[in-house]
Amino acid sequence: MSTTAVQEQQTAQKTVQFEILRQDKADTKPYWEKFAIPYRPNMNVIAALMEIQRNPVNAEGKKTTPVVWDSNCLEEVCGACSMVINGRPRQSCTALVDQFTQPIRLEPMKTFPVVRDLIVDREFMFDSLKKIKAWVPIDGTYDLGEGPRMPERKRQWAYELSKCMTCGVCLEACPNVNDKTNFMGPALMSQVRLFNAHPTGSMNKDERLATVMGDGGITECGNSQNCVVACPKGIPLTTSIASISRATTVQMFKNFFGSDHMVD
Amino acid sequence: MSKEADFYLRRLHSLLGIIPVGLFVAQHLVINHFATRGPEAFNNASNFMGNLPFVLFLEWFIIYIPLMFHAFYGLYIAFTAQNNVQRYGTFRNWMFFLQRLTGIFLVIFIAWHVYETRIQKALGADVDFDMMANILSNPFMLVFYIAGVLAATFHLANGLWSFCVTWGITQSPRSQTIVTYVTIGAFLVLSVIGVRALFAFV
Repeated sequence: MSTTAVQEQQTAQKTVQFEILRQDKADTKPYWEKFAIPYRPNMNVIAALMEIQRNPVNAEGKKTTPVVWDSNCLEEVCGACSMVINGRPRQSCTALVDQFTQPIRLEPMKTFPVVRDLIVDREFMFDSLKKIKAWVPIDGTYDLGEGPRMPERKRQWAYELSKCMTCGVCLEACPNVNDKTNFMGPALMSQVRLFNAHPTGSMNKDERLATVMGDGGITECGNSQNCVVACPKGIPLTTSIASISRATTVQMFKNFFGSDHMVD
Repeated sequence: MSKEADFYLRRLHSLLGIIPVGLFVAQHLVINHFATRGPEAFNNASNFMGNLPFVLFLEWFIIYIPLMFHAFYGLYIAFTAQNNVQRYGTFRNWMFFLQRLTGIFLVIFIAWHVYETRIQKALGADVDFDMMANILSNPFMLVFYIAGVLAATFHLANGLWSFCVTWGITQSPRSQTIVTYVTIGAFLVLSVIGVRALFAFV
């Protein structure tokens, strides 16, 4: 009986060590702050951040400002809670504390502009999605009727590409996405492939290819293949990149030798 | 230069790396291999290459202009990368890093090599077996030349792999893996040819 009581007490006192790279404003200098969070079984990084929010005291016992972060779905489908955990970018909602060596180091994905603490601004990706027309245009002044049917097996394959949640992890992992290049990133190349594969989306495929043959497009890829290792959704990003490479090669010859075929 | 032109410049960079620069490197190493058959064989081969018809035209359009474009545009590419092999220590990420590292080293090595041989020839020196034997009698230069040859064969072999991806020839992970093994083979074969030739001068 007494042994159980001791064990319970030890479990209650167990803490998780965190080191968090904090930044008060977009233009201020980042600094590290340590936290010791009471351990709870199966807790994830977000549970720890919520604990800091509830009781904003750092490892030295001093009161501090709560650490801010971004999150929505908490089931790894929205991409909002991406951050660099122990050196690697991933979603913090599926980052279970038990799986990490301590201290667990949290940093924002500095490939993107840091807003505050762990919150980054991924607007670059959303702007890029607009540039590549990552949608199927169906609006018109009259009813365009049904589109062509998509073969079921193709739909199953395309579904894998559609799992992309614009989380930014592949951009953070890519050595060629930085402030010296305008590379839109691996995810965007895969989105071009997805929408060009759609029977209705493919009606505008030359426009998407023209965009990725321009500034920040496919040519910035240097084949380090980190993206496919980093992608939390297991999207075949390097296959998409090579596929877009082939499509742009064909498009380049069409453009140069003056084919009047815009699509197919 | 317009950022919009990057696509075509980068594709040109990829193409020139294989044709003609890569082919020239392979040919150069094979011709060097005559040194293993003795000074006379090497000098004959060297004289044959050096006295080809239209040799200046061939040199400028097959070697200097494509090589300089590949070298200087390559430097720009190398310095726009933010390498992260500490974070992702995968094979491909190391190849990405080494491709840029060997590229930068080769710009230095080739500049020195051209100064020591082709420019000296233009200034009146004889490019022959004795000249190379003389250069490589210095242990430091021998190491420098071995590093140069290995950097060149690596850069060519790995460049062949990325050429296949860049032009969309190999798409699937499987085809890319197969080409990885093929290019490792090309690296080993060219390295043996190149390094054997170097040791023939010692």
